[in-house]
Amino acid sequence: MTRATRVAAPLLLGLAVLVGWQLVVSVGGVDDYLLPSPLAIVAEMGEFLPTLLGSAGITGTNALVGLVLGTLVGILLALAASFSRTVDALAAPVVAALAVVPIVALAPVLNSMYGADSEFGRRAIAGLATFVPVFVNALRGFRQARPVHRDLMHVYAASRWQTTLRLTLPAARPFLFTGIRIASSLAVISALVAEYFGGPRGGLGGLISTSAASSAYPRAWAYVVGAIVLGLVFYVATALAERLADPMSSRPPRAGGTTSTTTQ
Amino acid sequence: MTTTMTTDATATRVAVRAASVTKTFDTRGGIVTALQDVSLDVAAGEFVSLIGPSGCGKSTLLRLIADLETPTSGELSIFGKTAERARLDQDYGIAFQQAGLLPWRTIAGNIELPLELHGVPKAERRARATELLELVGLGDLAGRFPDQLSGGQQQRVAIARALAERPSLLLMDEPFGALDEMTREYMQTELLRICAETQAAVVFVTHSIPEAVFLSDRVVVMSPRPGRIAEVLPMRLGATSGRADDLREDPRFFEMVTAVRESLHGGAPSGRGEDR
Repeated sequence: MTRATRVAAPLLLGLAVLVGWQLVVSVGGVDDYLLPSPLAIVAEMGEFLPTLLGSAGITGTNALVGLVLGTLVGILLALAASFSRTVDALAAPVVAALAVVPIVALAPVLNSMYGADSEFGRRAIAGLATFVPVFVNALRGFRQARPVHRDLMHVYAASRWQTTLRLTLPAARPFLFTGIRIASSLAVISALVAEYFGGPRGGLGGLISTSAASSAYPRAWAYVVGAIVLGLVFYVATALAERLADPMSSRPPRAGGTTSTTTQ
Repeated sequence: MTTTMTTDATATRVAVRAASVTKTFDTRGGIVTALQDVSLDVAAGEFVSLIGPSGCGKSTLLRLIADLETPTSGELSIFGKTAERARLDQDYGIAFQQAGLLPWRTIAGNIELPLELHGVPKAERRARATELLELVGLGDLAGRFPDQLSGGQQQRVAIARALAERPSLLLMDEPFGALDEMTREYMQTELLRICAETQAAVVFVTHSIPEAVFLSDRVVVMSPRPGRIAEVLPMRLGATSGRADDLREDPRFFEMVTAVRESLHGGAPSGRGEDR
């Protein structure tokens, strides 16, 4: 498959689905409240663009703050757990408990704790949702360094800090980014769904529920599309960060048979 | 075997001295004696191989010298210091059976790692890495990553890294164990050339009798359960620095191979396997 067809194929499929959808609605006569047509949704998006962008900014900020804080806490705690068996033993049950808490269900509680005009609850929820996958993956990552590498660092009389920086962290890099990539989607979803449970207005989640409640279905769908785009932005951004952090992404092409290496 | 030794002070310097070293491990199945009462001197500049069946403690002895383990009893000194002091002073370089290169670092970056950890300035590190890559014959691969190299090339990088701090002692734990026979013989000749250039003493763990004979001034034959030294055989094959591939077909070479084999099999004239 050439590069062109690889890019074109999913685009064409998406376009075909949209055209089919439009035909089903406009020719097939499906009611607007059941399924608005793509064109109607796009029209709503155009009309409410400033609100859409503003609300995406509010929800996106909540998700980002949660993602960054949850990632930092997750990595630091995983590092502590990898250093100390005690911390590991203390953290394991707490994390297991956190993993099964329906975190979004905390929203009403947090909203009443921190007041109806505070975004804190949503950020805390996004942070908690981020923390679990980051911690679990990071901890596994911090155990990836091979014994021969540990021996070498010991032989070199490397300090714990040097070993962490030059061995433990780079060896964990793929695991760290897997955790962050999973967490980035979770952070957006949590920040968004948390808005359904009250608190300040203006985010994407709030607008979806109010639009739907006032029977403005195409507009509700327009905000849903906004939420999808926001999630994609987070996903692509973390994937890009992973690529940038890979020291081997800038490597020269693999050695072929023509290189002038010495005899073996 | 003394032909390489000059009469100056370094000739009498002792690189490694083990006196009645015993090492036991507490395992689930009880206490295992890995090494019992091992005494051995390695002179500066001398090449000594440790050979023996699995479980004879040859790797344990090497790890004790490297301060990766501590002896249960007995005395161990490296250039007159404790093993820990010698490690902190970077008196030795080490290479394992696995090359153990960090996959996210370039070849040059891997060789520079010990220098970087010890605060050597960047320009100096670069220069040293270039020099070492020339020494091991990989000058044009500095910017590659380990997984782009063959096993033999990776092992040469590991040796270059072991030499980075100009150690006067090299510890090698079956460094060619994972290589094919042709590469292995090539690496052995290379190692002798490198040792002649660096004047380092070598403690070399191996499973291979011809390898031990070809490389060594003396071969230490060890036996298992508990691990101990069975015999120390001087190789009467001339200076290690003067050895070349034609030695492998020399009758004296086969004589030494036979001597080591018989010692390994407990003095019996022919090999009957190692289960005794």
